[in-house]
Amino acid sequence: MASMRDIKRRKTSISSTQQITKAMKLVSTVKLQKAKNRAEETTPYFNYMYQTVCSMLAKAGQVNHPYLTRNDSERKAVIVITSNRGLAGGYNSNVVRLITGSDISVEQASIYTVGRKGQEALARKGYEMTADYSDVIEAPVYEDAVAMCQDVLQAYAAGEVGEIYLAYTHFKNTVSHEPKLLKLLPVEVNGEDVAEQDKNLLMNFEPNEEEALDLIIPKYITSLIYGALVEAVASENGARMQAMDSATSNAEDMINDLSLKYNRARQGSITQELTEIIAGAEAIS
Amino acid sequence: MADNLFTVEIITPDRIFYHGEATMIEFNTVEGEIGVFKDHIPLTTVLAPGIVTITEQEGAKKAAVHAGFAEILGDKVTLLAEVAEWPDEIDLERARRAEDRARERLEKKDANLDVVRAELALKKALVRQDILA
Repeated sequence: MASMRDIKRRKTSISSTQQITKAMKLVSTVKLQKAKNRAEETTPYFNYMYQTVCSMLAKAGQVNHPYLTRNDSERKAVIVITSNRGLAGGYNSNVVRLITGSDISVEQASIYTVGRKGQEALARKGYEMTADYSDVIEAPVYEDAVAMCQDVLQAYAAGEVGEIYLAYTHFKNTVSHEPKLLKLLPVEVNGEDVAEQDKNLLMNFEPNEEEALDLIIPKYITSLIYGALVEAVASENGARMQAMDSATSNAEDMINDLSLKYNRARQGSITQELTEIIAGAEAIS
Repeated sequence: MADNLFTVEIITPDRIFYHGEATMIEFNTVEGEIGVFKDHIPLTTVLAPGIVTITEQEGAKKAAVHAGFAEILGDKVTLLAEVAEWPDEIDLERARRAEDRARERLEKKDANLDVVRAELALKKALVRQDILA
């Protein structure tokens, strides 16, 4: 049995850890609130953009446009959004696992990372790192998404990559976040997402369809990237809040357990001392 | 009056900028300025930096909109703008400085100057000042 001093030392160390995790939980709760509001404000733009592009493509029919057809390059660009800081449970490793588990092989991928944790993990696994934008995740603004979108589209236009993917954590609600791998280019539209009345409507484009697609698709991709950044921030804080909450309650459990052990040890030593005194007194008389 | 109203929505990445009923909306597209009344033919068009004028029943509202696109359906017009601002949100001094900067860059004719970007910046600055004038 561990000595009383050891138990006491352990207890103190755990309770100071608990204080830290508690503080971190509070901080991420506040940050989550902010990030959640921002994610909710972005959603209408995001949704409307998706709807419009879907209905545009449904009506545009078989326009032969570089954004809609594959080019010959085998390489796949993947934008990976993780966090700069750890201690967020499975948040970062889930996104990384999404990529290692997908059918994008190590050789084909060229990775654009946002967030140092994902960058480090993927670099260790031997993926080719094309660019890193880790600074933006602290406070993503729309211009960051514009810059990233420009870079990947340039690579796509130059034929360096044939497909563009986006890996991020979708923020369903405060407790549930889901890692997602989205294909950005070539644009693929799920026909079922187009409203029935939209299909029959004859849409006109100004300038013509191709030019309009040229201008609108980059905006669409930018909005997807921006939406993903904002949701990722919310998910990160949500994940950290949960992780820190369970760390705090685990610490609580351990402290209770150790208190019990400490008290037993204390009682044991008192009993032992008493027995010794009584035995000593009996021996004298 | 009431039967010529249609829904106007201006959405930016940060917020729903405007949502309401209007009798007419005018804005600037890459092909030139257009004005839209109710029952316009369905049209998707790309926005250019400019002033959006929303004519409501009570009067007109103006806003500066830079980049984005518009979807016009018979009874609904949606502007998806990357940036949109009401006149009282614009910092005139900043717009003037941005104008000077953009002009300076264009005049230098630097070899690695992104002309399109500088022109766009200049246009934005001018629109911002126009709406306050």
